[in-house]
Amino acid sequence: MTDFSAISRRRFLGSSAALAGATAMGGVLGAGSALAQTPLTVGFIYVGPKGDFGYNQAHAEGAAAVKAMPGVTVLEEENVPESVDVKNTMESMINFDSATLIFPTSFGYFNPHILELAPKFPNVRFQHAGGLWTPDNPANIGSYFGYIGMGQYLNGVAAGHASVTKKIGFVAAKPIPQVVNNINSFLLGARSVDPSITCQVIFTGEWSLAVKEAEATNALCDQGCDVITCHVDGPKVVCETAAGRGAFVCGYHADQTALAGDKYLTGAEWNWARVYTGMIETVQSGGTIDNFVRGGLAENFIKMSPLGPAVSDAGRAQFEATKAEIMAGGFAAYKGPLKDNTGAEVVPAGGSLIETDVAIESIGYLVEGVIGSTS
Amino acid sequence: MDPVDIGLWGVPLAILAGAIRVSTPFLFVSLGECLTERSGRINLGLEGTLIFGAMSGYAVAYETGSPFLGVGAAALAGVVFGLVHGWICKFKGVNDIAIGIALMLLGTGLAFFFGKPYIQPVAPKLPSISLGGWSDVPQVQSALQVNVLFLVGAILAVFLWWMFRSTRVGLVIRVVGDSTDAARAMGLNADRVRLLSTAAGGAFAGVAGAYLSLYYPGSWNEGISSGQGLMAVALVIFARWNPINCFWAALLFGGAGALGPALQSVGVTQGYYLFFAAPYVLTLGLLIATSSPERAMQGAPAELSITK
Amino acid sequence: MANVEQPVAHPSGASTISVLMPRAEGLVIPFAALLAGSLAFSLFLLLVGKSPVTFFGLVWMAGFSTAFSWQNTLSQVAPLLFAALCVALPARLGLVVIGGEGAIVLGGLAAGVAGTQATGWPPAAGLGFMALCAMALGVGWIASIGALRIKRGVNETIASLLMAYIAIALFNHLVEGPFRDPASLNKPSTLPLTEGLRIGEMPLISAHWGVLVGILACIACWVLIERTTLGFAARIAGDNLRAAQVQGLPVGRLVVGFTALGGAFAGLAGFFEVAAVHGSANGSLIAGYGYTGILVAFLARHNPLAIIPVAILLGGFAASSGLIQRRMDLPDATILVFQGMIFVAILLSETVYGRFKIFTPAYWEVR
Repeated sequence: MTDFSAISRRRFLGSSAALAGATAMGGVLGAGSALAQTPLTVGFIYVGPKGDFGYNQAHAEGAAAVKAMPGVTVLEEENVPESVDVKNTMESMINFDSATLIFPTSFGYFNPHILELAPKFPNVRFQHAGGLWTPDNPANIGSYFGYIGMGQYLNGVAAGHASVTKKIGFVAAKPIPQVVNNINSFLLGARSVDPSITCQVIFTGEWSLAVKEAEATNALCDQGCDVITCHVDGPKVVCETAAGRGAFVCGYHADQTALAGDKYLTGAEWNWARVYTGMIETVQSGGTIDNFVRGGLAENFIKMSPLGPAVSDAGRAQFEATKAEIMAGGFAAYKGPLKDNTGAEVVPAGGSLIETDVAIESIGYLVEGVIGSTS
Repeated sequence: MDPVDIGLWGVPLAILAGAIRVSTPFLFVSLGECLTERSGRINLGLEGTLIFGAMSGYAVAYETGSPFLGVGAAALAGVVFGLVHGWICKFKGVNDIAIGIALMLLGTGLAFFFGKPYIQPVAPKLPSISLGGWSDVPQVQSALQVNVLFLVGAILAVFLWWMFRSTRVGLVIRVVGDSTDAARAMGLNADRVRLLSTAAGGAFAGVAGAYLSLYYPGSWNEGISSGQGLMAVALVIFARWNPINCFWAALLFGGAGALGPALQSVGVTQGYYLFFAAPYVLTLGLLIATSSPERAMQGAPAELSITK
Repeated sequence: MANVEQPVAHPSGASTISVLMPRAEGLVIPFAALLAGSLAFSLFLLLVGKSPVTFFGLVWMAGFSTAFSWQNTLSQVAPLLFAALCVALPARLGLVVIGGEGAIVLGGLAAGVAGTQATGWPPAAGLGFMALCAMALGVGWIASIGALRIKRGVNETIASLLMAYIAIALFNHLVEGPFRDPASLNKPSTLPLTEGLRIGEMPLISAHWGVLVGILACIACWVLIERTTLGFAARIAGDNLRAAQVQGLPVGRLVVGFTALGGAFAGLAGFFEVAAVHGSANGSLIAGYGYTGILVAFLARHNPLAIIPVAILLGGFAASSGLIQRRMDLPDATILVFQGMIFVAILLSETVYGRFKIFTPAYWEVR
């Protein structure tokens, strides 16, 4: 993805601040300039193992990039549950290792754990992955996330060209807005190629449950789905099982080319290395990180895996064209008239939801063409 | 091969396929536990043995390039855990259930400790045999991709049943399991018989773990087992210490586990958590229905600590 | 120890030491086992090229050395105390109940849902109502396992395990369905508790009140088992359930009663997790405390008083896990291995009870 790295850090911070709109209040990082002179100790906390080919690995790759920067000490802890454990871990990093910047990377760490700890340590900055910060939360909490639904839309474009059966499949953990948006985006991307395509979704109910993920993938293949993607913490099992059944695979979280080989079309990946090194640079140069930072493909928050050999020339062309449209900004996956899969109209004719629309953050419906239910 | 639209037939097919794919670990652990319990000991730690077997099998398969060597290594690791359990339990006053829980913790801990470097690499998988060549439907062909270990497990169930019934070894194990005193009177060393039975049981659990990491789902990670080892121990009691029943219980449990995803794939999507609980509800229901106060422990070895 | 140095004549003729030494057996042996387990683990560390000295230094530092360490340690203790009681009480009757996790999560759900009904009530009444609901669900869940055992001869170990899986499925279904707060978007939860229904920290120690209630519960259970006729009957029944039945002890009522009490404590664990830690019932409640509780109970030999130090010790180990990961570059599973080795050593030590003459009164009276 070297072709986008030319965008400067200023552009990325500036545009994300603009995207965040009114909610982007200037954060205060206590004694920011003092921090710049002393070595910076940064803590990363993961909810699962660092090498899961997925969510945690994506963050750990970001931490590895930070580790390579001068003047930074990186602390890491994996397999930290979203219980009192994470509170203890954060406090332990602060008390014993003098960490002043902490990245608790799991969604469930925010409420109540980060919210309770932040007022106790006003000089420590808590950067939470998940985009949950609101202006009435403490100012030493920051929140960041990426518009990865756009990545799933591009996955869908690749899938739409590869699918012969016109049925594609999605293995999902839980029906929360982020997952639901990914499912919708995947189908809408595929439908931009062929409006007759349907997407079957199976919820496993857990973020990480190997046997159930394999069973879900097999059930999708049995129903004739020939392109599979997923939103679980570690996509390794889904990728390998789907490729083993002869289905094409679109990746998620991290690059899974090594797992699915020729069956791998592309994948929606986080680009935390870019985001984290940018944030550390800001702190080192005495600046402050905005409390609310979001970005998409253009801002280098997410990236796409290199296209696999199975993507046709036509697929490649549409993929690149759509990507260019997304990079230009203001792209809408949801375009009216659009119904949900119970037949109710969700986007009226002429209306649309662009990638940054806040309505997407609480989306609860599956669009028409998705076979499945959120409850 | 073009997929065929099989619609609702997907559900029974998934249950069949799930029964074959998912049941093998349950089958091996429950047969191993059956053997151990028939000798009068309970090894509740087979979950730890299974997880360690999954890790060591995957690691050895990756390092040597041979999944069969991986299965062998997993079995060997299982023997070691079995021997430790069997040896500790021979001491007076030691509670075999508690030791099992301790070894479950230790096995899991050691597997996670040494397994970190093997989460990422891809190890070669165990091959499968196609029994579905007669069908033109690719889904049926896929469902009947049967792993060798499943067939070995099925044969093992029959073999153990025959062994307990008709062989001297089987008789020795049964006598030891039913009465230490009678065994002593016959000149049998009860501790040694139990040690070997527990070691063999551990080997089976190790193989069950290797099946998980080397065939289905075929990957090593810290969430690879969702309690298969623990459930399989429960299935033995459910199966009333009969190896053939263990086979059916494992199939039933595996098939019921496939129900949830299969129903969602044909559009029955409400309340999937409850469908996912089907194997547990079904087992509990059958357990309650088939139990009665009079014959609560029918078929149970009398030396078993839970029957006393 | 002053008493030991100056033996005083006992009314019956036995010296104080001959009374003290047999009691010391119950302390000396577990400590020796703890030491042996630690030695075995040190060997393990040396084999993988790490320093045991650094390891135990970090355990001490992170678990017990400072006020923060103690806060960290104690924060884990409350659910462990309750979960361990849910194992230890039935165990005194010879029942192995390993499904306390189910009652904890359902108790937490009950507390969370009750809390949304009690909005606006006086805090004491609201919290009491929540605790009662949590305990009621815990009682129902675990006592039914006891009843199934008595009425239908269903093995309680399997039944409790199966019911734990069912409880978690039910919990997930209800939290993500009927009881879900529509505003809890990406982390499905019940409605958040109002400020008045949250349990705060105790004065002086930063640990919530659940720790104190848990300790009191352990003491009460010890009194119940060791000092009441009911407890005496339970101990008889625990030695041999069938013989007790033949003798005419109300075994059925004892089993149902003890499992009910255990279930009530498991429910309370869920209540405190919701009211003091999470502020609503959600998936974070499924944290495995029920399973760690099994470990605590067995290490304490099902003695409610011993549960307290064991839970604190395990809490300290857990508190040091992070620092060991960061400072020693060891995986998070290191603490699991350590716990496993200590557990095996302590269980193995069961066999040496009564083997040392030094702990018998006779040894001291002869002198």
